[in-house]
Amino acid sequence: MSTVQNTKHMSASAQTTMVTMDTVLAVSAAILIGTLIIGAVGFAAPEVVHSAAHDLRHGLVFPCH
Amino acid sequence: MLGGGLAGLILGGMQQIAVVPMILEAETYETGGSEESEATPGDEAEVEPWAPEDGAERTFWTVLNSMLVGIGFGLLLSACYALRGRVTWKGGILWGLAGFAVFNLAPSLGLPPELPGDAAAGLEQRQVWWVLTAAVTAAGLWIIAFQPKPYLKLFGVALLVLPHVFGAPHPEVHGGLVPDELRTSFAIATMLTNAVFWVLLGVFTALLYRHFGGEAEDPATA
Repeated sequence: MSTVQNTKHMSASAQTTMVTMDTVLAVSAAILIGTLIIGAVGFAAPEVVHSAAHDLRHGLVFPCH
Repeated sequence: MLGGGLAGLILGGMQQIAVVPMILEAETYETGGSEESEATPGDEAEVEPWAPEDGAERTFWTVLNSMLVGIGFGLLLSACYALRGRVTWKGGILWGLAGFAVFNLAPSLGLPPELPGDAAAGLEQRQVWWVLTAAVTAAGLWIIAFQPKPYLKLFGVALLVLPHVFGAPHPEVHGGLVPDELRTSFAIATMLTNAVFWVLLGVFTALLYRHFGGEAEDPATA
């Protein structure tokens, strides 16, 4: 009986760990991709990128020029 | 991503109406100056390898980038929702306002909205200050909002103030080629459009997060 309860308890806690691991992965991926996009559009130095995003950078109050 | 793209599209539209005309006006001052001065990076179209043609092409790139940046900021907001668990659309408004404070309000306290032709300190210094200010402000707001202990909240307030005590990099000579009235109305226009963008982004991402992310995540792992 106690073994069954133990197993149940263990699988429940394993699930919680999986959920948090999944959340951590999803959150990290979202932050990483989001930051990369904002960095590319808002801060990337190459002139071509700068020219394409120029008006937006000014509009977003990002440092430009 | 959908919400970010949509809010970005609206931002792009608003900018085309309210903000871009002033940038174009400022550029007439910028390019009207002496041609040989390399310190003021004027006349980009002639010096640089590629720049979009004025008109439809330029509008296209600005709007496309608005959508991209909307997706980027939307992903950051969604990450916050996931960290906090659930979110309502009213919560989305608050998250959006927080985003506005972090990415527009706090940095522009130290680095006022720039127009082409404005004098400013070195770009890299300003970018570093901008990024650090946004990061520190985000951390400060998060602590104030979610830490129950008063002394931690005080620490959060200290984080908000810190970058402005430290001070933003400023040029040795202030001013620029643009009249002050134009700079003022540009500052108002950018702040308003960005505030509206952030509130919309907050609401859109919150609603979509509830529809897709928030509820899909639980059964998938259960």
